[in-house]
Parts: sequence; structure tokens; C-alpha cells
Amino acid sequence: MTAPTGTHRTDASAPPSAGAPTPEAASSTTATDPAISAAALALGDDALVLSHRLGEWAGHAPVLEEEVALANIALDLLGQARILLSQVGDEDELAYLREERAFRNLQLVEQPGGDFAHTIARQLYFSTYQALLYAELARTEGPFTALAAKAVKEVDYHRDHAEQWTLRLGDGTVESHTRMQRAVDALWRYTGEMFQPIDGITATHGINWTALQELWDTSIGETLRGATLTVPETPRSDGWTAGGGRQGLHTEPFGRMLAEMQHLHRSHPGATW
Amino acid sequence: MTESTDWPLWEVFVRSRRGLSHTHAGSLHAPDAQMALRNARDLYTRRNEGVSLWVVPSTAITASSPDEKDSFFEPAGDKPYRHPTFYEIPEGVKHL
Repeated sequence: MTAPTGTHRTDASAPPSAGAPTPEAASSTTATDPAISAAALALGDDALVLSHRLGEWAGHAPVLEEEVALANIALDLLGQARILLSQVGDEDELAYLREERAFRNLQLVEQPGGDFAHTIARQLYFSTYQALLYAELARTEGPFTALAAKAVKEVDYHRDHAEQWTLRLGDGTVESHTRMQRAVDALWRYTGEMFQPIDGITATHGINWTALQELWDTSIGETLRGATLTVPETPRSDGWTAGGGRQGLHTEPFGRMLAEMQHLHRSHPGATW
Repeated sequence: MTESTDWPLWEVFVRSRRGLSHTHAGSLHAPDAQMALRNARDLYTRRNEGVSLWVVPSTAITASSPDEKDSFFEPAGDKPYRHPTFYEIPEGVKHL
């Protein structure tokens, strides 16, 4: 297992590349450890980064009940991240001592919380993706079956929570509708990246990413229309689309988030409490 | 944190396991019944406390008045024959 080092070079464990042809044809070949390790890193970083973003609501959520709900989701994700990152190396080192370019999370999950509508839109997009992907991972035999079977129940609830809020904000007041539509539109550009194949799980679990995207489109379309929102029509997979998180390219807010997330550990190495 | 005075109050009842009845656990604010159920899940069952939840609008509960306490409850105080203490419990019956 090759743990990525905290440097700016491309990490040696060969993360999936955006332009790589879908390797479904080659699915009979056994994935090497580095590919599975890179897949664990990608899924683990998604969970870790979104967990931290949700944690930012602690003390700021609109109501106490919602604060606990977001913290619960954050803790579920942190639990998943710990299992996944432990498969790659030392979880603390990976979380606290890697540089920005060594993270393999989607750009979607690193986007700032914005207003509550942005947080809910981000959660709806990601949890729907995660629920569909983990259901497939749980159903198929491979290195992530056990983890996915456990996590899919948590993730189903995250998706439901986001859907309930999307319906209420979208079909709520004029103000909440406007804000929810704005959030749904603003984050749409980051959703194409979710369906870039992750080689380590394509090869082992035989995931069909095109089918996954179709299921996602259907599910999100139903929810948004049910919430009287307009499904964004801007290009996602065909034209230009944001992406690159899986290759270690991140958006500006991510650096600031990491600085906050890592500063304690970096300032006091080895501190315990 | 802002006030959530717009949201109604809900009473939460949790069944801790099959066979037991739902027990009052507390209350919370939520915009509607479905969200109340989800908030209850997050607030009252996160440490594995339950297998079933009820939420009831607090306004739907009619409570006895403290003023009526004497007429409501005191007459039961001196009627020991209402307690099943006059029966002989057969040997071997442990939980009655």
C-alpha cells in the first residue's frame, strides 16, 4: 500500500484520471493494490471533507434540532472516512498532514456551506450519488462490499434528510424557493465529476458509471420537480464542466478549509486529550 | 442561533424495544410531522434507544389540571381492595 505523501507531485498510487477511457471492457483484470488504495482514498476523502464542511454548522445552524441532524450526518461520514483512510495508511497522517493537492475528493464536497440552501443542495447531490454508488458496492462482491453494506443505511438517511428539506425549501416561501433554486443552479456544475469512473472500484465491483448517472439524473429530477424547482440545464458531462478533484485539483475555498482543519494537528504534533 | 418560534412543538414517544409500549421521551420543534419524526430520530434515538417513534403535536394533548388533582386522584388513595394484594400467588409464578 502506498500512502500518498504530502507533496505537490502526483501521488504514486495512480489515482484515476479524468480522460481515461471507461475500463469496463477490462473489468476481468484484477485490480492491483494501488488502484484499490486510490479508490479508498477517493471515497474516504469525499466523506472526510464533507464531514468537516457539515461540522462548520455547529453553533450556527438555523435551529437546535437541525444542528444535531447535521452533526449526526457529519459523524456518520467521519466514521466512513476513518475506515476508508485506514485502508490506505495512517488515518491521522492522511487527514492532517497531506497537502491540498494530495486530496482526491470531489470538488462538490469542498464547496463552502453558503446559506442553508447551499448546504442542502450539496448534500442532496452528494448523498444521492453516494446512496446509489454504495448500494451497488454492497450488491457486488469486491473490496468495498462490507463497508458499503453498513454505510448505505446511513447514507439513505442523509439523502432522505436532504430531500425532505429540498421539498420544503423549494415549495416553501418565495424567499426559500429563490434561495434553493440559486443553490441548486450554483452547485450543478460540480456534479459531472461524480461519474468519472474510479478505476479501483470499476475493475473490482464492475460499476457501470453511465447507468449510475442515469439513476442519479432520474432521482434528482424527481426531487427537484417535486420541490417546484427547475432542473438546471447547463452542461455537465458534455460541454465544459468543473472537475479535477479526483486528480488533486481543488477549488480556492478548499485551501482555507484545510488550513482550519489541519492547523491544530500541525501546531501541536502528537497532541492528545 | 435564532429563535424557532414559528415551528410548533411536538411530543416524542419512543418504544425502546419490541413488546414494550411507547414512552414519553421529550419534545422538540419541527415544521411538520415528517420533519418532527426525523428530528426525533436524531435527538432521541442516536444512542440506539428505540425501534419505533411517535410524534404528537403538543397542542393535541389534553392534560389534567393540577387544580383537579384532589378530586381526580385522591379518592383512589384509600381503596386498597383495588390492588391485587389479596390473592395468593401460586408458587413458581415469579413475575406477576
